[in-house]
Amino acid sequence: MKHLWMTACAALALVGCAQTPPVKSASATRPSGPAKPSLDHDPYPSTYRAYPGVPTLVTNVTIYDGEGGRIERGSVLFSEGKIVALGQDVAAPAGVTTIDGTGKWVTPGVIDIHSHLGDYPSPGVQALSDGNEATGAVRAEVWAEHSVWPQDPGFSRALTNGGVTTLQILPGSANLFGGRGVTLKNVYARTAQGMKFPGAPYSLKMACGENPKRVYGSKGQMPQTRMGNMAVDRQTWIEASDYKRKWDAYEKKVADGTAKPSDQPGRNLRNETLMGVLNGEITVQNHCYRADEMAQVIDMAKEFGYKVTAFHHAVEAYKIADLLKANGICAAVWADWYGFKMESYDAVTENLPLLQKAGACAMIHSDDANGIQRLNQEVAKTLADGRRMGIVIPDEVAWTWLAINPAKAMGIADRTGSLKPGKMADVVLWNGNPLSVYTRPDKVWIDGALLYDAADPKRRPVSDFELGQPGEGDVK
Amino acid sequence: MKRLALFIALLGTTPLAAQTVAITHAKLVIGDGSAPVDDGTVVIAGGRVTAAGRGVAVPAGAKVIDAEGKWVSPGLVAGFTRMGVVEVDGVRETNDAGAGQSDFSAALDISLAVNPRATPIAVSRAEGITRAVVAPDTGKTIFGGQGAIIDLGADPQAVMVPRAFQFVEFGESAAATAGGSRPAAFAMFRNALLEAKAFVGKPQTGGRVTDGMLTKLDAAALAPMVAGRVPMLVHVERAADIVQVLDLTREFPALKLVLVGATEAWMVAPQIAAARVPVLASALADLPSSFEALAATQSNIGRLAAAGVTVGIGMINDDEARQARLIKQYAGNLVALTRVPGASGLDWGHAFATISSGPARALGLDGEIGSLRAGRRGDVVIWDGDPLELSSAPLLVMIDGVEQPLATRPTKLRDRYAVPQEGALPKAYER
Repeated sequence: MKHLWMTACAALALVGCAQTPPVKSASATRPSGPAKPSLDHDPYPSTYRAYPGVPTLVTNVTIYDGEGGRIERGSVLFSEGKIVALGQDVAAPAGVTTIDGTGKWVTPGVIDIHSHLGDYPSPGVQALSDGNEATGAVRAEVWAEHSVWPQDPGFSRALTNGGVTTLQILPGSANLFGGRGVTLKNVYARTAQGMKFPGAPYSLKMACGENPKRVYGSKGQMPQTRMGNMAVDRQTWIEASDYKRKWDAYEKKVADGTAKPSDQPGRNLRNETLMGVLNGEITVQNHCYRADEMAQVIDMAKEFGYKVTAFHHAVEAYKIADLLKANGICAAVWADWYGFKMESYDAVTENLPLLQKAGACAMIHSDDANGIQRLNQEVAKTLADGRRMGIVIPDEVAWTWLAINPAKAMGIADRTGSLKPGKMADVVLWNGNPLSVYTRPDKVWIDGALLYDAADPKRRPVSDFELGQPGEGDVK
Repeated sequence: MKRLALFIALLGTTPLAAQTVAITHAKLVIGDGSAPVDDGTVVIAGGRVTAAGRGVAVPAGAKVIDAEGKWVSPGLVAGFTRMGVVEVDGVRETNDAGAGQSDFSAALDISLAVNPRATPIAVSRAEGITRAVVAPDTGKTIFGGQGAIIDLGADPQAVMVPRAFQFVEFGESAAATAGGSRPAAFAMFRNALLEAKAFVGKPQTGGRVTDGMLTKLDAAALAPMVAGRVPMLVHVERAADIVQVLDLTREFPALKLVLVGATEAWMVAPQIAAARVPVLASALADLPSSFEALAATQSNIGRLAAAGVTVGIGMINDDEARQARLIKQYAGNLVALTRVPGASGLDWGHAFATISSGPARALGLDGEIGSLRAGRRGDVVIWDGDPLELSSAPLLVMIDGVEQPLATRPTKLRDRYAVPQEGALPKAYER
């Protein structure tokens, strides 16, 4: 595990932390022509298309449905890219491809809510380091998708070793406001747009704590302290609220039919994203370690009328599991990372089980190109540690931490994250119990297309970068 | 600690070191690569293993611990760490792993920084790790300094072998340190070793070697490495760099090389095997994380072992100050690879050996640690399940025959917040 906050800082040191002036009005142009009712909310639309699959019935498997359900000796049927049926008695339609999964498990594809693949790709050279616009504490205007390099070899490892079918790419955490995150299907494409999960909501990455105050404070800029963090955050929300008021007034005029083209307020990329949060259209994914800081952020969200969707890393979430539950905020955490910086000093390996016990929304996340290959194993470790302290959570319930819970926090639970009929056929067949260290994906389907098959080297993706290199097409 | 309850009653209050202890009815792991055996017995007396296997007699007067079929293994050996010299990586004052501003390099003795009370030692101990290789990081030169072997016992004396090896960087990192290229790193290396050879027997104080680049202390510290009295642990990743490093023995034939990291080692496995050079490899590195690791694959260790290379799991640039406990998961994954078509893994016994006798052998210490063969230190772990499985944890850990505490700062935090709400008093009063 290479901690990206360190990588980002080192990278900054290399370039002398050069400063560019803050973008005051990235595109403060006044439109002409007829009044438009609203902004284009999807200027970089997804061009992802599901690859063809064949109607498939996997039989004699143990199924975790991703919502806490478990079926022994069950079958899963999917067709036309969608889950059709699952249960102990699923009839085989004519012409279906049947796979006998005796001794194996089927789960929904793993979902990682916190990845930097594509933005901090392999190889980790400065020329490809595009994950953190660390030139100002507030960089809500940047979009992670504009950094995504779709040739990152890491996507293939997440697929073949981790069974990851959907992932959210977030900007880094040097900034208080890091920018917009993007949700991808884990299917290689020539363009980032070609990987974008169709219709997934955008997210805003925020960060508390040590990173922003260190990165900017060390340059003599604000913030230099945690109180500075909060002050910059609040001032930013004040300005975003003003921006929203202007646009709301304009939209009202448009609705009333009284708007003139000259009434349209100037656009500001930063505030467009923040307004999206205030309007409830954009989720908030907030990097935050300490319990006391999460509590401050919860009050800040109330002050400005927005909702924190999930605290990420949240190593002290277990200290305020009740508060998170009461406020309907999820925690996306590691199993066992600790001690790499001061705010991770109080990590415990039972964070997830303690959150689950308190009834809070909890999930695993990786934040790491290696960890994303083993999120099932991370769950297994924390699950066992929870049981040792008396918190007995069934395996199939723990699988929600990899499936429906991150799907909910990413706003895509109606389309993926569990094996419910009508949902995307994002399916992993594991060659054993997926909470065992001895188990690996056998096959992975995304939207019903077989995109990994352990037995078929031709169903193993090789990115452009790895083509012609030592080890091309090797098992990885 | 719930997990201790089973055994506390059996052990009583007499320190185990003073006792002869026999652990019976064990699913016994020797740690030398052999498969586990059922109904085994291990006997520890005077702080050492005196016998282990099936049909071993329990000495008269021995304290008997009936393992009731549970797994019993040697304590684990973490093959490459920076454990005990870092409390919090990002808090500079607590991080003694490297000294980027020091004029000294090869002379730096990491054993002086080892803090037996460091949290990562306690955390790793509770996870079944009993010994660790501790390496200094490099600063102004390619020489990091003198590494140590430590035990993880809850006592004031952690260093088992000080100045056990010299740590050297080659490859991309060394190129940067040495001035900008790989040839610069090799020049720095050759120059240092030639100066060290010439300096043997000369006064060791006061500035630099006459007309040389090394400080006298650095030159003196390199002498045992040049003479082959201590191993030289070399961090190197690219296959071509590995070949160059192996070639160093042509000019300096006494060097005892041990490769660390070695992501592309599988590509030159026959050469490594022929040179009889052991490898402390990153187990699951499978990304082309740099241009010197393009051929990374999790099958590296399996392919090296198949070629006859002595291999252990080492963790370099992988949270090695704190996360040595991950070696169990890594070894388990090597077993998983045996079921992936086209991949190379290890059977269970050999996978376990990569975190026990393998690293011990690489450091020339397999007569002391890393297995339960007679004569080894009494480092023994009783587990609540398969030690490589994600759900398992130690029930009892012994180091030098002494039972160890398993409570840690994290377990205390966990217990304090088992119920997050305050009770009659603030949380600060709960412990």
